[in-house]
Amino acid sequence: MQALYAQLLVGLINGSFYALLSLGLAVIFGMLNIINFAHGAVYMMGAFCAYFLLNVMGIGYWPALIIAPIAVGIFGMILERTMLQWLSGLDHLYGLLLTFGLALIIQGVFQNYFGSSGLPYAIPSELQGGLNLGFMFLPIYRGWVVVFSLIVCIATWYLIEKTRLGANLRAATENPTLVRAFGINVPRMITLTYGLGVGLAALAGVLSAPINQVRPLMGADLIIVVFAVVVIGGMGSIMGSIITGFALGVIEGLTKYFYPEASNTVVFVLMVLVLLVKPTGLTGRATT
Amino acid sequence: MSVLTDDTLPASPRRIRDEMVVFVLMAALLAAVPLTGIYPFFVMQALCFALLACAFNLLIGYGGLLSFGHAMFLGSAGYFTAHALKEWGLAPELGILIGTAGAAGIGVVTGVVAIRRQGIYFSMITLALSQLLYFIYLQTPFTHGEDGIQGIPQGRLFGILDLSNSTVLYYVILAGFLGGFLVVFRAVNSPFGEVLKAIRENEQRAISLGYKTDHYKLLAFILSGTLAGFAGSLKVFVAQNASLTDVHWTMSGEIVLITLVGGLGTMFGPVVGAFVIIAMQQYLAGFGQWVTVIQGVIFVVCVLTFRRGIVGEIAHYFRRSL
Repeated sequence: MQALYAQLLVGLINGSFYALLSLGLAVIFGMLNIINFAHGAVYMMGAFCAYFLLNVMGIGYWPALIIAPIAVGIFGMILERTMLQWLSGLDHLYGLLLTFGLALIIQGVFQNYFGSSGLPYAIPSELQGGLNLGFMFLPIYRGWVVVFSLIVCIATWYLIEKTRLGANLRAATENPTLVRAFGINVPRMITLTYGLGVGLAALAGVLSAPINQVRPLMGADLIIVVFAVVVIGGMGSIMGSIITGFALGVIEGLTKYFYPEASNTVVFVLMVLVLLVKPTGLTGRATT
Repeated sequence: MSVLTDDTLPASPRRIRDEMVVFVLMAALLAAVPLTGIYPFFVMQALCFALLACAFNLLIGYGGLLSFGHAMFLGSAGYFTAHALKEWGLAPELGILIGTAGAAGIGVVTGVVAIRRQGIYFSMITLALSQLLYFIYLQTPFTHGEDGIQGIPQGRLFGILDLSNSTVLYYVILAGFLGGFLVVFRAVNSPFGEVLKAIRENEQRAISLGYKTDHYKLLAFILSGTLAGFAGSLKVFVAQNASLTDVHWTMSGEIVLITLVGGLGTMFGPVVGAFVIIAMQQYLAGFGQWVTVIQGVIFVVCVLTFRRGIVGEIAHYFRRSL
């Protein structure tokens, strides 16, 4: 039973990353009509940013949790201003190709300097150790990742679904021309949205640094799983992305316990099943 | 939604004549390669990738479907052919047949799933499906995991043609490439190809005209996968190995890159793109990881400034379709 709970926890942690990443993908897709293939690369940049802050500047985990997403978010906004904005009005596929190219560049540059092996990042002293819950031993850091991710996800949901800014954002997704006529600066909103999506990915990167080590290719395979998560959940609903992300993480964790051979493939198999039964995805609307 | 290519008109006799002339020129040039002293291994490799990219281009250029998982056909067919040749000791023609048929089977199964969504979702689904196959090949014993299948005997094609002779092998590969190219050429310029273009331009309208668009898309997907598998089977005789590299998503990205550089939706673009990219990889092999960075830069530059690709730009300049 101990092993089962441990795998469930690992599943919840992976689910947090799936949720944070697919949430960012959905937000970006809503505004820019682009599937951000560089999402795995910016997740990795978040982790590296935390690593540099600690090892070069001596800035610890807590400030990094804020600085890294902002720094990587600014990097994303520069990408949007200099490149992605020129793709508006073109076929969606060009956005995918451009961001794939960006992912190759970013990952390639990091691989050149850091090789493919992992760099260690220590768990902050406040979150070391664990709690004995009676039925299982809970490492505090892992519990923190799950709780904190959940809070960030719900805050993002609140921002988009319940605030005035979010209402403008959703309106601009539906009809950008009309929203501009109301005097809202839509291009700036698009840039900020891309920054937000990228920042969420970078935040996931910082959270994962002490668990998964910091590697140049840490996001490369992850992003493909997240794509499958997005296909399963559909990108129509923010809450849908969050729930699908966590649920698939847990299913993956359970698979690791009951049938480890399939743990790499279970998300993809589920994607196939969902496509056969409900092609629009679990929460998706029937759009192309 | 803007169109991916300039080519929206039905095939005119003039265009088909232009393309036939270029095809004959290309075939003559390629047939003369062994006389020039150019390293045949390089050209054979480029030809395999050219056929692969032509198969990929059939989907994106004419059907508007961007597959980000075509490596699964290349790699799977490679594994099947390699296994048939090495473990079962079958003749080369049977090995190619098994590899190609296997890829066709994978095309049927993955196609049924992938064509359920269009546009960007189609790309993500094909990528995920190829990753699924990658993990399966990583774990099943017959692929020998990270080592791959090495030292594959080339044998004698139809019992007469000795494929270990590099000149003979070259002409066999060339024949395979030209044959595959003609299949794509025929498909694109047939009524089937016209319906595909109609689906790419406006699927709803094609449906309202009474076309079962899913059938057309599935057929195009299977045809594309089968040809990509054929390219993978031929590649086994050139490289004499089959490995996980050929199933990995980076390979799928390379196929996209080749076609993008050459020109999406152009008949000869994938061929030109294959020679450019394979040559680049040969010359830059010493730069290690920087090759990945350079590929990324080419992607970015192509998408931002050079969306027609090499052949597309030439065709646009001469106001022809190539």
